[in-house]
Order: sequence, then structure tokens, then C-alpha cells
Amino acid sequence: MTNDEAQQEISRAAAPRRSRFVKHLRGMWILGVLLAMVLIFGILAPGFLSLQNWVSTSVYATETLLLAVGETFVIATGGIDLSVGSSLGLSAITSSMVMAALVAHPGVGIILGSLVGLLTGATVGLFNGIIITKLRITPFITTLGMLGIASGLGFLLSGGTDITNIPAAFSNFGGYVFANFLGMPVLVTAVVAVVSGIFLAKTRFGRRTYAIGSNREAARVAGIPLDRHLIKIYTLTGVLAGVAGLLNVSRFAIGSPTAGQNDELNAIAAVVIGGASLFGGEGTIFGTTIGAIIVSMIVTALVILNVQAYWQIVVTGAIIIIAVYLDQLQRQRAAG
Amino acid sequence: MTESHEAASIELVDVEKRFGAVQVLHGVSFKVYPGEVVGLVGDNGAGKSTTVRIISGALQPDSGEIRVNGKKVRFDSPIVARREGIETVYQDLALAPHLSVKANLFLNREEIRPGLLGRLGFLNERQMDQESVDKLNLLHINIASMDQIIQELSGGQRQAIAVARAASWGSRLVILDEPTAALGVEESRMVLNLIRRVRDSGVPVLLISHTMPHVFDVTDRIIVLRQGRVVAGAVTRECTLEQVIMWITGGQAIHAG
Repeated sequence: MTNDEAQQEISRAAAPRRSRFVKHLRGMWILGVLLAMVLIFGILAPGFLSLQNWVSTSVYATETLLLAVGETFVIATGGIDLSVGSSLGLSAITSSMVMAALVAHPGVGIILGSLVGLLTGATVGLFNGIIITKLRITPFITTLGMLGIASGLGFLLSGGTDITNIPAAFSNFGGYVFANFLGMPVLVTAVVAVVSGIFLAKTRFGRRTYAIGSNREAARVAGIPLDRHLIKIYTLTGVLAGVAGLLNVSRFAIGSPTAGQNDELNAIAAVVIGGASLFGGEGTIFGTTIGAIIVSMIVTALVILNVQAYWQIVVTGAIIIIAVYLDQLQRQRAAG
Repeated sequence: MTESHEAASIELVDVEKRFGAVQVLHGVSFKVYPGEVVGLVGDNGAGKSTTVRIISGALQPDSGEIRVNGKKVRFDSPIVARREGIETVYQDLALAPHLSVKANLFLNREEIRPGLLGRLGFLNERQMDQESVDKLNLLHINIASMDQIIQELSGGQRQAIAVARAASWGSRLVILDEPTAALGVEESRMVLNLIRRVRDSGVPVLLISHTMPHVFDVTDRIIVLRQGRVVAGAVTRECTLEQVIMWITGGQAIHAG
């Protein structure tokens, strides 16, 4: 057999490149959904396209997006983190308690409080990672347990009441809006999202993240340090929950033990809307960002449309089920 | 084929392994020389996969030696075996289906960009792209784009990528565990041709397979394991299918028709 023959022989088995195209289409499709929603809400509710609504929606979306960025890494490994919302809440309590205690020295209080807040999130994430990898408990159960632990600790520490006495300098930070257009939390979150997106797409860290979610055994055999990598990812997710906790305190000028409640729902919805698969190996920060905007837009639209905002929780839950069902269908079709 | 003056790429000397009360390998010894394809055959439970896992570093022998180019080695983990140039293609867990051809060829061996970006772990995609093309060209594997996702490829193409990865990093030995088990006739033929090309590049191949026609098609020698012992070793073209089956089963050859 000549080389030419051999080459032909192998290229004859060329597979259709359709699924790649479909995946790109899906990314565009979700952007299309976003634009369509903006249009429809804009027509239904004239106030929706106002500058004021843009500012409030974009700031509101930051909380979901910060958690969803970490969640994207976790879900790309084939895991899940249900504790991000309560981790946010606990960070809000610890950071605000430190700031309130040091209210006479706001500079020190803000710096120390912020560090404590970030450390709180990191600790929750670190425990998640260690329990998942070393005790070999599934991410679902581990982070469900941690949801309870972090949330309960938040209520215990705060005595169930809001922490006030937040230094004005700190709450001014979260409320600051550049040129009546760009809220400070949006700026912070945009930087986090862009940096994380680049890291996930362009670095060895990101490559390992996808590899673990795509084929855990292949990753192990290739020598990727699974446990260490997973611990890093859950810790990173905790830190981002800490950042979201700090922004939450800053925006509302209180530390509330109920901060972040149901946020895991929004974060996971954002990630699956963004095209990630809960089976792992997929997901981009770009998609997640679109997903987070869609999830957040539903809330403000419902408010403007005078529908009870609680419907958003119902809708988000339904979106998760539908999105995962569609993913499952696509998978079966690909396999069959 | 088995020139005794040449050092074996890999040699097993009296390797024993037991799991609890069950002795799986009773002193297994054989050699694989550069430039040959050796078939390791045997019934289920004969000790093939235990042998493979010992050579690839996934298991450690209770006694006996592994020698690489005549030098005694100890494989505490698959990473150590890989460092010695021994690559294994496992039947199912070889590739990450969501990642590209390039990403799989360089899985955990990624090229990093120079300078500060490199220190942050930024990948040198362009270089990996070029090297991937080279790796695949060397084995005449024709893939449209190095950015193609593995799950878009056919079973044969996937196996070709897995073999190419092993061949490009494994300088001393490539172990293939049932590479044609899940493939159709045409794709199997393609993978068998690929095995010959790997051999022709000088890297010996240890082929584990239940598919006797494939073993006869592509191997230079056949080693038969039965109940944890090497019961036969023969040059492929000097033995018949019936002989080999007799060695495998330990009984009489079955005369069909």
C-alpha cells in the first residue's frame, strides 16, 4: 500500500463537522435569545430600555455572574457547587462584622474586613475541595451540606439580624456609578469575568479543567494532578463568592445573613443557559455571562411588568430543568 | 527478528503478582525488541491486563524485574514508566472527547508560551498546532484540523489519534490494549496499518488483542499467556492459528468443518 492510498483510507473516515458548527450556532443562538428578550421586554414595558433600568439590571447581574464564573469552572470539571450562595452570605456577615467592629477606624476596617470576607469564601471552597477529593464524597452532597453549614454559621454569627454600621466609604464604593452608566460592581465583575475567561480558554489551568470534566480517567492517566486541581477550583469559586459577598455588603450598606439565598440557582442557571453541560468538559465564561444577564433581566423585567418578582425563582428553576433536558437530548442524538 | 546481541527495548524477568490469595502471574518473562510488533494473547484471566498494568507502571510486581534497554527499572507510577518512554493506549479511557485533536496529543504535556505569559501558564497554541501536524503526518494520519473536537471524529480516527499520541511520546514501547475491539472492518485495517507504521518508525509495539486475525495480520511474534505463565512464544509466520488457539486454551486445536 502506498502512502497516498493510506492517506485516502484514513480521510475516507472523515466525520461530519456539523456538531462544531452547531455549537457555534448555539453560542450565537443564546445571544439571539438575549437580544430578543431585550426587544420584547422593551416593547411590553417602556421603562425597560431606560438608562436607570440598565444600571440596576447590570449591577444586579454582577452577583449572579461572579458566582456563575466560579460555577463555570466547577461545572466544566463535571462537578457542581450548591454552596456558592450561602458562601456569599457567610462572607457578607464576616466581612461586615469586622468592618462594623472597627467602624472607628474605617480604613483598617475596610481592608481587614475585605480580607476576612475573601478568606471566608476561600475557606468554604477549600473545605469543599478537600471533602470532595480526599473523603470522596460527591460534589452534590458535599456542597449541599456546605450550603447548610455556611448559611447556619451566617445566622449564628449575626444572631439572625443585619449587621449595620458599615463604613460610608465602603458603601459608597458599591454604589458608585461612572458617568451615570457603569456601576462599580459591574466594573469589578467585568474585570473578574474577562480575566477568568482568558484563563479558562488560554492556559494550562483551563485545559486541565476541561480535561478532568471531559474524561477523568484520561486526565488521571495523563498525569494531571486531579485532587490538587479540583481543590484549587473549588477554592477559587469560594473566593469569587467572597468577592460577591463584599459587593453585596457594599451595595446595600448592610451585612445580611440572608444575602445570597437562592443565588446558587441563578448561578447554575446562568452556566447551563450559557451552553455548559452538567456532565462536564464544556462551558465558556462568555456563554455564562450571557446566561447571567438573561437570568437577571427576567427579574427586572418582571418587576417592571408588575409581576411578582418571586416568579423569577420559579422561572429560573424551570430553565435549569429545560436546559439540562435539551442538553441530554442533544447528547442522546450525538450518541445514537 | 530476535537478534540476541541487541538490547531488548523492554524485558520482563520472572515477574510475579498476587492479589490476596490469588496468584495472577507466576514468573512471567519475555522481551520486546526495537522495530517489532509483539502480540500478547491469552484467554480472559490469563494475566494479560495485569502484565500490561505492570509494564505501564499502574501496578507494581511482587517480585521479578523490568529492564529497559538492559537496565533494571522500577515503575512506581505510570508517570515514571512514561518518563522511560513507555506509552499505553487503554481501550476506553484514552482521550478527552470534548477537547481538540491538538489538546489531546499534548494532554498534560502542553507547550507553554515563553516569558511572563508562559509563567502564567499560557499555552503556545501555534507551536502545538505545528507539532501536531508533524506528529500526524509522520504516521500518515489525515485530520482536517488540529482544532477538531475528538467527539466529532470516527472511532477509527479517535484510535488513530490515541495511537499517534502514544507513538509520538513513547520512544521505547507503545502498548495497545485491544485497539480494534470497537472498530469496524475498514477502520480496523486502518489502525493495523498505523501499527505497522509505528513499528517502521523504530518504536516497538506490544499488542494485546482477542482478535486473532488482527494479531496474525500485524505481529512479528506472538507471546501466549495461560494461567499467569508464558506458555509459548513464536514467530508469527511460523505458526498457525490453530496452534496459537491450542496454546491459549491448553487443549486440542478445534478443527472446523
